[in-house]
Amino acid sequence: MITIDPVTRLEGHGKISIHLNEEGEVNAAYFQVPELRGFEKFIEGMPVEEMPRVTQRICGVCPTAHHMAATRALDDLWKVEPPSAAHKIREFIYNSFLHEDHTLHFYFLGGPDFVVGPDAPKAERNILGVIQAAGIEAGKKVIGMRKEIREIMTEITGKVIHPVFGLPGGISKALNKDIQDRAIKASERAIEFAQWTIGLFDKIVLGNEEYVKLITGDIYRNETYYMGMVDKNDKVNFYRGDIKIVDPNGKEYAKFDVHKYTDYIAEHVEPWTYVRQTYLKPIGWKGFVDGPDSGIYRVNPLARLNVAGGMATPLAQKEYERLYSTLGGKPVHATLAWHWARLVELLYAGERMLELASDPEFVDSNVRTLPDKLTEESRGIGVVEAPRGTLIHDYTTDENAVIKHANLIVATQQNAAPINMGIGQAARGLIQKGVPVTDGLLNKVEMAFRAYDPCFACATHTLPGQLPLNLEIYDHRDKLLQKVNMANYDRIDTIDSRIQEEIK
Amino acid sequence: MKPKVGFYWMGTCGGCEESVVDLAERILDVVAAVDIIFWPVAMDFKLEDVEAMADGSIAVAIINGSVKTSHDEYVAKMLRKKAGLVIAYGSCAHLGGIPGLANFHSIDAIFDRVYKEVPTVYNDKGIVPQLRTEIDGMILELPTINNTVQKLDDIVSVDYYIPGCAPNPDLLMAGIQAILSGNLPPVGSVLSPNRNMCDSCPKERKEEKIMVKEFKRYYEIIPDEDQCLLEQGLMCLGPVTRIGCGELCMKANMPCRGCYGPTDQIEDMGTKYASALATIWYETNEEDIDRIVRSIPNFASIAYMFSLPASIMKRKRIKSEVDFK
Ligand code: SF4
Ligand code: SF4
Ligand code: SF4
Repeated sequence: MITIDPVTRLEGHGKISIHLNEEGEVNAAYFQVPELRGFEKFIEGMPVEEMPRVTQRICGVCPTAHHMAATRALDDLWKVEPPSAAHKIREFIYNSFLHEDHTLHFYFLGGPDFVVGPDAPKAERNILGVIQAAGIEAGKKVIGMRKEIREIMTEITGKVIHPVFGLPGGISKALNKDIQDRAIKASERAIEFAQWTIGLFDKIVLGNEEYVKLITGDIYRNETYYMGMVDKNDKVNFYRGDIKIVDPNGKEYAKFDVHKYTDYIAEHVEPWTYVRQTYLKPIGWKGFVDGPDSGIYRVNPLARLNVAGGMATPLAQKEYERLYSTLGGKPVHATLAWHWARLVELLYAGERMLELASDPEFVDSNVRTLPDKLTEESRGIGVVEAPRGTLIHDYTTDENAVIKHANLIVATQQNAAPINMGIGQAARGLIQKGVPVTDGLLNKVEMAFRAYDPCFACATHTLPGQLPLNLEIYDHRDKLLQKVNMANYDRIDTIDSRIQEEIK
Repeated sequence: MKPKVGFYWMGTCGGCEESVVDLAERILDVVAAVDIIFWPVAMDFKLEDVEAMADGSIAVAIINGSVKTSHDEYVAKMLRKKAGLVIAYGSCAHLGGIPGLANFHSIDAIFDRVYKEVPTVYNDKGIVPQLRTEIDGMILELPTINNTVQKLDDIVSVDYYIPGCAPNPDLLMAGIQAILSGNLPPVGSVLSPNRNMCDSCPKERKEEKIMVKEFKRYYEIIPDEDQCLLEQGLMCLGPVTRIGCGELCMKANMPCRGCYGPTDQIEDMGTKYASALATIWYETNEEDIDRIVRSIPNFASIAYMFSLPASIMKRKRIKSEVDFK
């Protein structure tokens, strides 16, 4: 068995183990989530209006996603429609958040594999390596962009790590002209930044035949259902819309209002991980297999692009078309194309930010509708597209707006089963008899995982999480050959020779 | 030789890590002054490498997150031995934080809800995660999840605390500078000024005494932006909360929930808050205060939102002298 524990350059903690058979070939691979925090339980009994501030402590990397899903659930719980200005400001913030988070992923977490190269020495496969490859000016640009957006988010939401501005029926504070001017400038830069990033991706990734082969090859491919949110025109939307599912052929399987989510999403419990595995309820749990007869579905940027008819903004739409024409039409099943899809969304987020910030309503003083008091038990469900996929918050309260029950379905949890499959597939494709298990090779296994940008804090909302990646290798007798940290090259050689020895 | 500094996370949301990343270009100053030897979110890091180091050879270990598993406990103790100074970073390490609200429930109740009761789960066989599972001769193990969430100083002695959920990066910068210059306050200090939020809050207190008769909930009023929120009836923990965040929530017209923890004089945020109300509310008799406190459902979950594991209650089953529920 090979265990990758903790998975490096990922947000949170986790563990992958790869089990070999007598021939030294891959028998099985498991991705385990080792934590549970129990938010669904401990928020019972709390005043529901505190949820936007409480549930975001599930994840400090995407607190804005939890904050917004909870806030949308509160609108629904009180059946209160926020003023149009409040919707626009919320959606502006939400797109700002997607922009800075996708930037974080591309440059800090997933991108280094491409920009620096999957076989590059471990010590260089990080943001510093990216800066080296792309130039110090580029590095400054990345840090500067995130900083500018995060400062505006702090001013509007109160705090960028754990915002406080979301309330049932609106937001806590109206905006002034000064912040609008800065928001417009930041949005313009955000568009330019996205275009520049796509240019970089073009040059470094698409310009390299090896990488294109890697992306489109069989190692990183799973044919699954996809889920994502779309607006009325069937375009990608992060903030509001209906949930849509397409089948592995790209045909619409279902489109529904979020209130019906329990008709479509079900969860399965495995004894060896703390995370619940989701599947499509009408199809059922058939285990960790892909294809149209298995209920496994994926969420994430590419899933969103696969379900939608296109992007709502012109530049992003062009890039969307280029992605599909390059990769052979819809749907794209290549897991590594996630990275490209993320950049299409980066561009969309910038364009959408500009549309919203330029709207005269952005500075409207009416940003809140006070709801009527509840008179009976109520239920509020809120859904948003988090950077890593669909996120659902569901609260049931008594007539005093105190939580009786809650359910939370997060993105990384929905991708847990696909990650399990993806890892096994990549490991089987890469680890073969007689092929030395090198650092670069193991990194390529990890890449199957990193493409999902799995955020373990989120997956572990039900958990207390730890996940830098160690790689454990077990032989067919389940004896631990060696526990390796991915950073340590010497050890890799040792393992390699020991595996070879064991196989002999 | 530059002093060695390590960051570590226990049961965390990752927000504390992000707050370090939010140093942005200042991270370069930090790197220039100290040697960051481990930081799992950004750098590859092996526990074994740290285990192999001599005791006391790390200058500072900065630890975030609450203590939730036996693994967390082990690492905390190991780092304590290796490090000259241990800093508890963020509300979770300092006070237990929001994950500490789990102490209102038992781990069994949490497992039941999460794996058997939520409306989307289908689990006829009542499977729950096991510490050890065997599949076709392969063994898969999971760590134990403790019944009680603890803060860092329940496990090891802590030299300094940097408060906040997440902490203001300025406090981290100031803390590092204080350590480098050797200009340190007494051991056990919280590295943020010992004053309460109302001292520096931009909102104005209009009256000597607060005149509203009960607490209001967020959805009931649109508060005036210039006036003290407590005065307008919103439960604001400002009177018992330490400054350092920059009065962020009040600037967004939302009340403080106390993530920076109490000032030095206060041992327990919830009880202190209830008694503080008596001095600032127009009614002073106990019955009225009791009524005011009861006007908010589950007052304890708000008064101890970030500090339940640090409270005199610690867990729900431990009866406190004051029962708010
Ligand atoms: S203190 Fe706050 S930001 Fe830090 S780990 Fe805890 S919940 Fe996250
Ligand atoms: S009670 Fe809250 S709003 Fe009022 S002065 Fe204190 S911190 Fe400010
Ligand atoms: S105002 Fe209170 S709750 Fe808000 S960040 Fe500051 S200390 Fe934390």
